[in-house]
Order: sequence, then structure tokens, then C-alpha cells
Amino acid sequence: MSGAVALSPGGGRSLLRNWGFLVGAVIVGVCAIIAIIAPWIVPYDPFAIDLDRRLVPPSFMEGGDPRNFLGTDQLGRDYLSRLIYGARISMVIGVLTVITSGLIGITLGVLGGFYGGRIDDAVVFAITTRLSIPAVLVALAVAALRGSSFMLVVLVLGLLLWDRFAVVARSTTMQIRNLDYVAAAWCAGVSRWWVLTREVLPNIATHLAVVATLEMALAILLEAALSFLGLGVPAPLPSWGLMISEAKEYMFFEPWVIIIPGAALFVLVLGVNLLGDALRDMMGTDLSR
Amino acid sequence: MLRFFARRFAVAVLVALTVLTLAFLLTRLSGDLAISIAGPNATVEDVETIRRVYGLDRPISVQYLDWLGRAVQGDFGESYFFRDRVAKLIASRMPVTITLGLVGLVIALVVSLPLGILAAVREGTWVDRAVGLVALVGQAMPSFWLGLVLMIVFGLQLAWLPISGVETWQGYILPGVVLAFSAIPSLTRLTRSGMIEALASDYIRTARAKGLTRFSVLVKHGFRNAAIPVVSIAAVQLGFMLGGSIVIETVFALHGVGFLAWESISKNDFPVVQAVVLVLALIYIGLTLLADLLNAVLDPRLRTA
Repeated sequence: MSGAVALSPGGGRSLLRNWGFLVGAVIVGVCAIIAIIAPWIVPYDPFAIDLDRRLVPPSFMEGGDPRNFLGTDQLGRDYLSRLIYGARISMVIGVLTVITSGLIGITLGVLGGFYGGRIDDAVVFAITTRLSIPAVLVALAVAALRGSSFMLVVLVLGLLLWDRFAVVARSTTMQIRNLDYVAAAWCAGVSRWWVLTREVLPNIATHLAVVATLEMALAILLEAALSFLGLGVPAPLPSWGLMISEAKEYMFFEPWVIIIPGAALFVLVLGVNLLGDALRDMMGTDLSR
Repeated sequence: MLRFFARRFAVAVLVALTVLTLAFLLTRLSGDLAISIAGPNATVEDVETIRRVYGLDRPISVQYLDWLGRAVQGDFGESYFFRDRVAKLIASRMPVTITLGLVGLVIALVVSLPLGILAAVREGTWVDRAVGLVALVGQAMPSFWLGLVLMIVFGLQLAWLPISGVETWQGYILPGVVLAFSAIPSLTRLTRSGMIEALASDYIRTARAKGLTRFSVLVKHGFRNAAIPVVSIAAVQLGFMLGGSIVIETVFALHGVGFLAWESISKNDFPVVQAVVLVLALIYIGLTLLADLLNAVLDPRLRTA
């Protein structure tokens, strides 16, 4: 980050004229809608096993069956239905993780940046320590020790992915704490809580929104990786990572079994990242690492 | 300068001690470690025996200090599953992980430095946007999935490269490429922004005015300055890559430290898990320290600060 940071949007290009924003918004929007209305749009029960119709290829491929648009998995479950429910898992994990890690990171970062001194030293120390811990490994170990479940994945990811929130909240808070409008608020005699929540937080919110997209993308990818390794979302839940893991044995004969859930994962994460990039362009700042 | 490093070093030691403590606490998360080690078919007597043999019947503070004292000396105890010293196990697996990390880093640098420079020189054109798109795609790629897809394409259909294992050097290519993908986006963006900043500076204008060749201006004057943050981030990235190698080593069945951690996690072999977490964290701490050192050496402006 060089020089002063534009803390209010408006100087940059209009969001709606940015094609990246449009594409990202469409991808994330469609995914969110699918996740919400999943029970009403799935053609079949995603958990219904049919051992007579295992690994039926997608309907547009040779040997496909028009009844199963994306084919069936190794247990004869409808792949499209599982994919749709998988969107739900990815979106919910992404959002809940961002809320958890955001609460932790923003609190720490704002406190450090606002108060400085010893408090800031402690916050920087916490960030440094967190960064030195290998996240995937610790998440796997905790899942193995406590037994993996949906909420545990959210909790572990939330407790591990707050570092970037803290870094950005801290540096932006430092930049604005001495600005005129904050001084004006002090002079008006408002409380410390008021300054933090009404003056500081709203003015760093756009920066935090960019971090939120980055962390959501990361959380979705990490959940998939954990589930792929068998220690994320437990079976038979149709997490995209778990679908890839379960289909792995058959991938050399039927590559589509891993291509489909992987492509869905890639497109969703790309969409979230496109949104974040567009937000960042709009602000004219560079928060990437 | 010296004071800066003394302070920096002291912080690194403190962070290392904190990680040591966290690694100890990590394995106590299970509630009763003896029951976890004994497994589901153990009798009450088995659990009691394990508790005594592994010293789990002592007060937790004694266990902690004992573990801390040994860990500082590089003694991580004995593996429950492999029946071997943990330190020896990790040492025997380390070369594979380090090689993989270095291969990944080299591939990442070879790809992202030219891309970043190209994007900076052609800032705002379609070339710049294309490079931005490459970075976005890299960022969104699930590494384990990319690994499987590359295995299908290059291992099976084209049969150019081995699917798993590292009996020959070719075995490192696919996992190295996958690992590189995780570092390419940030390294490319950093090179690009560093170059743009460097190219807009006065010394570049001077170099151009002197009539130096385009190449000399770009590489000798521009890139040397843009490289400073890239070098330090590359060291940090290597730390992240080693930490992330667990997924890739598992996908490609490379018997490195990540794979060891994966095996131990599934076998409830806690001393090994604990030690791997610790070793990877220590390597990361060391690399960030090195990055700060490199920064100061490469950038004379930082030395006086």
C-alpha cells in the first residue's frame, strides 16, 4: 500500500461497468439462490442410494441417461442433486467462517490500531503466532481428535482464518484514528465506544469487505480440502470436496466424476474472488498478499 | 540495525515458545489422550497401562514442562505407531518435503516474475488484464483437484509423467506445479505492483534519459528495486507451501513430512502430529526472520532505519 489510502469509494470506476464485478455477482448470486432453494429444485433426493444404477454418465455423454442430467455417483445417487446441496454446504461454511473470523480479526485489529502501544504489540504478536501455525494441519488434527462435524469445521476455520482481517483492520484504523473527523467526534464529547462503532468501523468497512471475499473464498477451498482428506464435513453430506474424494477411485475410468464437483468449486471460488477484485479496484487499493 | 534484529529475534523466540505451548495443548483437546491412543477395543486395564507407560497419569503442568524441556532439545518422544524416535522419522521424511517446496517455489518464480514484469510494462492493456485473469484462476484453483486432473491428463492419458511417488525426479514435476499454483497469484501481483512503482520513479527516468537500453532500464534498474518485496514474500511463501504440502503429498502419495502427518493423524499418533506442527511452524518462523534479514540487506534504505 503506497501513500494515503482512499477511504471512501467514489474515485474509482463505477462497479456496474466492471465486467469482473458483473460476472462475480452473477456466479455468487446464482450459487446463493441455488443454496437457499435447494430442497425445491433438486430432481431427486441427494441421499437416495440406487445400487442398480451406479456411475451412470451425464446425459450429454455417451451412455448417459436423460433421467440423470449429471449422471449418478458410485452409490447411484443423482449427481446434480448432490451438487446442488453441495452449493448449500460451501456457501454456509463460507459465510459462517467469515462471520466468526471477522468478529475475532476485526476486534483484535481495531483495538490494536486504535490504542497502539502495549495493546498493539499484543495484537501483532497474536497475528505473527497465528501465521506461523500450519492451518490445514492443525484443522485436520483437531478434526481427528474431536471427531469431524459441520459445526467443528466452521469453528476451526473461523479460529484459524482471522489473521488478514486483523492485519487490514489494524492498518486502516491506524490511518484514520488521527483524521479530522475522528478528532471532531472526540471534541463533540462522545464516548470511546461511539468513536469506535460510529466513526472508525464504518470508514474501514469497504476494506473489510474485500478481506471478507478473500477469506470466504479461502474458507470454501479449505473446507473442500478437509472434506477431501476425510476430516471435514462427514459423509453422507454432499460436500464438493467429499464428492471428489469419494469419486477418486473411479476417476481414471470416468474422469467426469471428479471434473464436475471440482469445476463447481472452481467457478464459485472464482466468482467470490472476482467480487473482491472489483471492490478492490473500485477503492484503488492493493490488499493482496 | 543491530537493535532491530535483536528485537526481531526476541519476538521470533517468543512466538516459537507460544507455538510450543499450543502444540502441547492441541493434543489435550481430545479430553483423555490415553483412551484415544488405546483405541476403541481397549479394556480399562489397557487404558491404565497406557496412562502409566506414557506418563499421562502425572499432573498436566509436570507433563507440559517435561515435554517443553525435551522439545527444546529436539526430543519429541517416540511414535506410538511407527515405534521409532519422532525426530528421526521427521528427519528421514524432510528431504522429500523440502525438495517439493523448492521445486514449487522455483516453478512459481519462473512463471510469476516474467508475468508480473510483463503486466507492469503493459499496464492497463489487454496483456495486463490477461495476467490478472491468470492470477485469479490460480487463486480459485482447488489444489487437490488440480492434482487429480493433472494426474489424469499427464499421468494416464498422455503417460508422460508418473502418477505418484518420487522414485525418479519426474515424480516431483506434477506436485511441484500444483504447489506452485498456490504461490503464483500473490507473487505475480506483487511483482507487477512493485514494477509499476519502480517504473514511475525518478531513477528510471534518469536511466532512460541516459540513453540506456530498454532491457537495462527494465531489469537492472526497475526489477532490482521491484524484487525487494518479492524476495521476502518468496521466503514467506515457501513456509506456507511447506505447511500446505500435506494435501499435495497425500494426493500424490509422496512420503514427505505432510504425508507423515496425515498417516499419524489417521493412526492417532499424537507425538508425531505435535512434532510436525511444531517443526513446520519453526521453519516458517525461521523463514520470516530470514525474509526480514534479506530485506534489510537488499534495500539499503532500510538499514539505517
